[in-house]
Amino acid sequence: MSVFQQIVRTHETAILNGWMKEISIATRRSDLMNDAEMRQQSSEFLHLFTEATQVSSEVRSDAFAAAREFLKGVAKSRMEQGFTASEISMFVLSLKQPVFNVLRDEFKGDASKLVTEIWTSGDLLDKLAMMTVDAAIELREQTIARQQEEMMELSTPVVKLWDGVLALPLIGTLDSGRTQVVMESLLSAIVETNSQVAIIDITGVPTVDTLVAQHLIKTITAARLMGAECYLSGIRPAIAQTIVHLGIDLVDVQTKAKLSDAFKIALTRLGKAVVSIKNHPAARAEEQ
Amino acid sequence: MDRIPILKVGDCLLVTIQVDMHDELAMSLQEDLTMQIAKHASRGVLIDISSLEIVDSFIGRMLANIAAMSRVLDAQTVVTGMQPAVAITLVELGMSLPGIRTALNVERGMELLREFIGRDAEAEDVDGAEE
Repeated sequence: MSVFQQIVRTHETAILNGWMKEISIATRRSDLMNDAEMRQQSSEFLHLFTEATQVSSEVRSDAFAAAREFLKGVAKSRMEQGFTASEISMFVLSLKQPVFNVLRDEFKGDASKLVTEIWTSGDLLDKLAMMTVDAAIELREQTIARQQEEMMELSTPVVKLWDGVLALPLIGTLDSGRTQVVMESLLSAIVETNSQVAIIDITGVPTVDTLVAQHLIKTITAARLMGAECYLSGIRPAIAQTIVHLGIDLVDVQTKAKLSDAFKIALTRLGKAVVSIKNHPAARAEEQ
Repeated sequence: MDRIPILKVGDCLLVTIQVDMHDELAMSLQEDLTMQIAKHASRGVLIDISSLEIVDSFIGRMLANIAAMSRVLDAQTVVTGMQPAVAITLVELGMSLPGIRTALNVERGMELLREFIGRDAEAEDVDGAEE
């Protein structure tokens, strides 16, 4: 066991005080966290750290398991409180200064020993800090993945406009993953609702490139194979220009500028029409 | 060897595929169907594939062939009840089956066939009147 571990243990209180001071200068975010909470967290970690260093100097060993878990917890709670990744790493890194101070006082005059001890303890703390940042980033990535999944589900609703008429208002960029979901949800909705006509509305799709167009054509073809007709609506002038310039062949697809136009031909296809009830014989009969 | 039954309904033929299609079965169906169309002088063929869950390019081509053969024999083909997964597979295989008419279920398919046959009959009547 090297000397620095013993020194850390004997001077635990001094280090904690020094650390609190360091934190208050370097990374204090009193708007996010109060002093008592901070002190409690710091002393708990310092204790775990001291205990672990007595047994091992390898951060991946079992001795450090408790300290690692604690740092993960710290990273999680601080992420939620709104700390940045660098502020979270500073929590561990700011412990260096007080530890080095204690070591300096201990090894006055013995420069080579001082350097060795500073290196050992500094290395250990750096690794722990990196681990904390990793944990914080992992948490953030999990959040992003979850949100992507939610967005995927949210952004592909299939709505029923009429008996036998479905609409699929697409919003946002279409990639192959999303198109697959779109295709599957549309086709299963066609089977469920027994719909003859489906309208795909692309008003909310910002750009249409060859890939997106190909995905759309695939969906429309699949729907046709199942026996449902598919109309494409919500094509903005800019998108119409892009489609022609890219040489995309939409000849087999019935397209309309507006969803309402597509709905109209869908009703015609089903042999229905929307009429004004004013002056209509059926409405008059009801009034009487 | 198993054979897929072909039912005669009026001037249409009804085929429901309820077992997994293997290649030999598909070939024999093609043969039987063309024979039956010729024998009964059928005007329409309805193939229901709602219980078909697995397709490959061969089955896809078989469907296209049946449609083409029927057309040569002057009969319309309607494929009904295709499962979403089957439709996606066929599209991914690049088989959009352009010559085939489709419908959601047998009922709609029959309506569609009657429409075609009725239209043809009307056209013939008109031709006859002109003569």
